[in-house]
Amino acid sequence: MGGAGMATAEERPVQAGIRDRAELLAKLMIVPAIAYIVAMIGFPFLMAIFYSVSDATTGDPTLRIIGFQNYAAILSDPVFRLALKNTFFFAFVSQALVIVFSRILAASLMQEFRGKWLARFLVMLPWTAPIALGTIGWLWILDSIFSPIDWILRNAGLLGTPGALLGPETNMYWLGRSGLAMASVIFVHVWRLLPLATVIQLAGLSSIPRDLLESAEIDGAAGWRRAVEITIPLTLPIIGIAFLFGLIFTFTDMAVVYVLTRGGPVHSTQVLSTWTFFKGIQGGDLAQGAAISLFLFPVLAGVATLMLRLARRTEVV
Amino acid sequence: MAQVEVRGISKHFGEVRAVDHVDIATAEGEFLVLLGPSGCGKTTLLRMIAGIETPTSGDILIGGQVVNNLPPRARKIAMVFQSYALYPHMTVFRNIAFPLKAQGFPREEIPTKVEWAASTFGIEKLLHRKPRELSGGERQRVALARAVVREPSVFLLDEPLSNLDAKLRTSARDELQQFQRRIGTTTIYVTHDQVEAMGLGDRIVVMKGGKVRQIGTPQEVYNEPSDTFVAGFLGSPPMNLLEREDYIAGFRPEKFLPVSVYDTGEPLVKLWLVVHRVEHLGADRLLYGIMRDTFPNEKVIVNIPSTVDLKIKTGEAQEFAVKEKDIKFFDRSTGLRIEPRRFWGTR
Repeated sequence: MGGAGMATAEERPVQAGIRDRAELLAKLMIVPAIAYIVAMIGFPFLMAIFYSVSDATTGDPTLRIIGFQNYAAILSDPVFRLALKNTFFFAFVSQALVIVFSRILAASLMQEFRGKWLARFLVMLPWTAPIALGTIGWLWILDSIFSPIDWILRNAGLLGTPGALLGPETNMYWLGRSGLAMASVIFVHVWRLLPLATVIQLAGLSSIPRDLLESAEIDGAAGWRRAVEITIPLTLPIIGIAFLFGLIFTFTDMAVVYVLTRGGPVHSTQVLSTWTFFKGIQGGDLAQGAAISLFLFPVLAGVATLMLRLARRTEVV
Repeated sequence: MAQVEVRGISKHFGEVRAVDHVDIATAEGEFLVLLGPSGCGKTTLLRMIAGIETPTSGDILIGGQVVNNLPPRARKIAMVFQSYALYPHMTVFRNIAFPLKAQGFPREEIPTKVEWAASTFGIEKLLHRKPRELSGGERQRVALARAVVREPSVFLLDEPLSNLDAKLRTSARDELQQFQRRIGTTTIYVTHDQVEAMGLGDRIVVMKGGKVRQIGTPQEVYNEPSDTFVAGFLGSPPMNLLEREDYIAGFRPEKFLPVSVYDTGEPLVKLWLVVHRVEHLGADRLLYGIMRDTFPNEKVIVNIPSTVDLKIKTGEAQEFAVKEKDIKFFDRSTGLRIEPRRFWGTR
């Protein structure tokens, strides 16, 4: 009975199916990912290149190839040049701040203390809010007339009285003066990117073997020396990844600037992403918009390559 | 050089008592081994002495001074971790120099000192390399050199040989002991390997479940175990333990030999053994058998050196014997050592 069943199982040889052919299976499994990349990234990218050498607009269905005229036009545009400068300033300053603050936050969150979960939760909170809503909140906080920050400053006697530290005017006009507007935009962007950078740095710090830190402690390195000689050098690749990731994020993001200042006042916070939008979408000049948006491509490609290299280096310890 | 003493020390992690009221004192320059299975609290105890774990209660004294509230760097200790904990981004030179730099040693004297430590362990040629370019044995030497360079008064070693292959381990053990004898620094060494413990220690502290089971010289803990745990943990194969109505009798496998081997007039206890398997281990033969007639459920291991030329037949009952003085007795309920009594062998 049982023996007969076993006999039939032995007689029927197991056929090698698709599951046993790793080579073919691997190719099959990767097809959806490649299809996605081609359709959603590759195709639009080629379209952008195509548009940038054409005279495409939103109003006209016909389209001619005009070569590099669009590039020449945007390069001679002073607003573009200002936006390019602003983009780099905005990206590097905000990322430098993000790295420093996220490092401090991560180091604090590595410690054991009462209410640590609450601290972690609060640090992560800006990341969970929709960016547009969060930024609108900041728009109100930085309002030219009703800003609660100004209210506090006025009540603290720092603003609005003759001889006050921040001037006799009743308001700071956070988003209305060029220097302050850039500072505000950077501040809100830092607020928004800090959670992600903190999590990345936290991962970096917790990847350092405990033995190493304890050994350093026994060797006599505490506090600053331990940070400078052990933890920072060991997490440098991860700090690098957080920095480059934030850089790409900042180069390509328009939400904060768009919601807070629309690039104003007088283009003083204009960055390439907002300028692309105003030119290409709102202005209807698809061709110039495409040319502006492609302008950062070499920079971003370089940053991305660097990031992948760093990612490989982090595996070596 | 300093004595290390722990008094009534405990460490609780929530409900778990990792170390439970332990008292130990080293002698000056002693090589003390903490031995026990994993989870027995030996590493936690070492970490408390190092200062990287805070005791729940009890005192730690180094050189007669209570160091409970001193940070690790102020305890004049050096620790070698199981993983060696070399700084991967620094060269061997910088690794060894690190404790000196961190403790504000005069900068111009550092190279001489590093070279001295490196030459002690024969790694002068590796000073410019990074840890990842070194073999396991070389890393271990770098870790030791880094520990030695600051001339600590106590060495704490946490299973420093366990990442080496078997052959290297034997030579490293030898070197380690010679080195310790030469510099004479008090050393506390954690291991779960009883061979290492027996070979290295001036004294062995056998631990289990956070408690000390026995402290003694290697000979003492091996020959006169204080309870059945120590008897079973030390020795490979372990001591044979035979349960009787009111006690447990134990004897070492190498002390239980065929009757024909004995020629002295010493009192023997004879037992009939049926050998069912023989293992040839090169230097020794291990016989696995049962006492068919007397205690059919009890398995016994016999260790006969290969130099004793004897034919052992499997499947047949043969008479074996152990000297009466080599039988140790333990309480059945507590497992603790008790007075010798009459052991009923073959009737």
